[in-house]
Amino acid sequence: MHRVVITGTGVLSALGNNTSSFWQSLTSGISGILEMVGVDISQIRFKNGAQVQNYIPKEHFAAKDLDMMDRFAQFAVLAAREAIAEAGIEWTPDLRETAAVVTGSCLGGRGAEEAGYWELFHNGKSRVHPYTIPLGMSNAGTSHISMQFGIEGPAYNLSTACASSAHAIGHAFWMVRSGVAPLAIAGGSEAPFFLGGLKAWEAMRVVSKDTCRPFSAERSGLILGEGAAMLVLEPLEAALARGARPLAEIVGFGMSADAGHITQPVVTGPTRAMRMALRDAGLALEQIGYINAHGTATEANDRIETAAIRSTFGAHADKLAVSSTKSMHGHALGAAGALEAVASILGLRHGVLPPTANFLTADAACDLDVIPNQARTVAVEACLSNSFAFGGLNAVLAFKSLS
Amino acid sequence: MTDHTIQDRVLKVIATTKRIPLENVRPDSSFESLEIDSLDRLNILFGLESEFDIEINDEDAKHIQNIHEMIEGITQLVQAESPSSPSE
Repeated sequence: MHRVVITGTGVLSALGNNTSSFWQSLTSGISGILEMVGVDISQIRFKNGAQVQNYIPKEHFAAKDLDMMDRFAQFAVLAAREAIAEAGIEWTPDLRETAAVVTGSCLGGRGAEEAGYWELFHNGKSRVHPYTIPLGMSNAGTSHISMQFGIEGPAYNLSTACASSAHAIGHAFWMVRSGVAPLAIAGGSEAPFFLGGLKAWEAMRVVSKDTCRPFSAERSGLILGEGAAMLVLEPLEAALARGARPLAEIVGFGMSADAGHITQPVVTGPTRAMRMALRDAGLALEQIGYINAHGTATEANDRIETAAIRSTFGAHADKLAVSSTKSMHGHALGAAGALEAVASILGLRHGVLPPTANFLTADAACDLDVIPNQARTVAVEACLSNSFAFGGLNAVLAFKSLS
Repeated sequence: MTDHTIQDRVLKVIATTKRIPLENVRPDSSFESLEIDSLDRLNILFGLESEFDIEINDEDAKHIQNIHEMIEGITQLVQAESPSSPSE
């Protein structure tokens, strides 16, 4: 069993198109939520989203490559590029043959699929573009990362809605810890801003017409986000031997299924996932100083998650800090767990905990220390990152500071 | 269009959506007694929007506690959509 560290991170999000701008915005409490562009918002009952800004695909990819890549796959590759560059990986034939790529995406290239079907259903055409399948498949992000860097080991995509990339990082962690893979690129990507998808979210009546206010009495639902985050995971000894700079250690992974309702959350499932992550990490409750919450800002999630944290931590729940960075980068669905993993890792590394932005009034049903509106400078030993999906599928990651 | 008709149509949407016999759905039924959960409520709202060609605001929908209030709310929305219709 290896100790596993993160040696590189890559991010694209509404808070910036690299890790440093993401972190700077997070710790400034600046929200990336704006009126949506690129879709006809006159047809949608909510107007705001957390979209990647100033992104020009042809600045990053050749035209012939873009033909084969939905926006979500582009985001996946760009985040992997940054993470791999930061980690300073020196590829050898052996490493390429055995390294893993594990990604998460909820929707995959469904935006490209919609464009293909639009021709059929709306424009009266009888044919759909032949790239619709390779653009639309949910593993396209995984495959493009693998092809771009010539990574030939275990590679797959997990799709567990809002927990997709937390499940992906957890699986990659276990593979590196056990020695199945000597290195893994893991994370998630999502591009949910297309009309059909937005209309489906509208019908769920969980998207806020205001902004994202997790744990506030005034919370009125989630705000959709897009982007990607990728991590480089490798054994501690290998990282130190090659002179890499580990950012934090990944120490635990827990998962569970509610086995109850397809959309309604319960306390027990998330509680079991948090307990399993702590047990897997060998961490005592008191060692956890921070939780990056799932914190969607729906009425039900934040209330139930608060109860689950209390159920897991008992009296220690009043001593730890909890924040939802979705208040700033939005709910990036299958990319959310990875974006929040990066927020957690950098929080440990820098001794600064990102806040819950847009916070107005405390809600008695969410009575935790939620770091309202302003980042907090405090060194914590270890933290959890929670991801709870529609369908009752829960994934929790545990990270530990190396300092 | 009478209020009675609106009530009948609302009850029918609920029965059809929830796949339960129409005679089980009464104006004084509670959501709990019909085992209508949050996802069923979304499905019923979707059905009501189609049935009456109206738009039901999320916030208004959240405050509806029972079927009687649902019928009242739909009646108001339908009347607001066609203010010139005579009330019988």
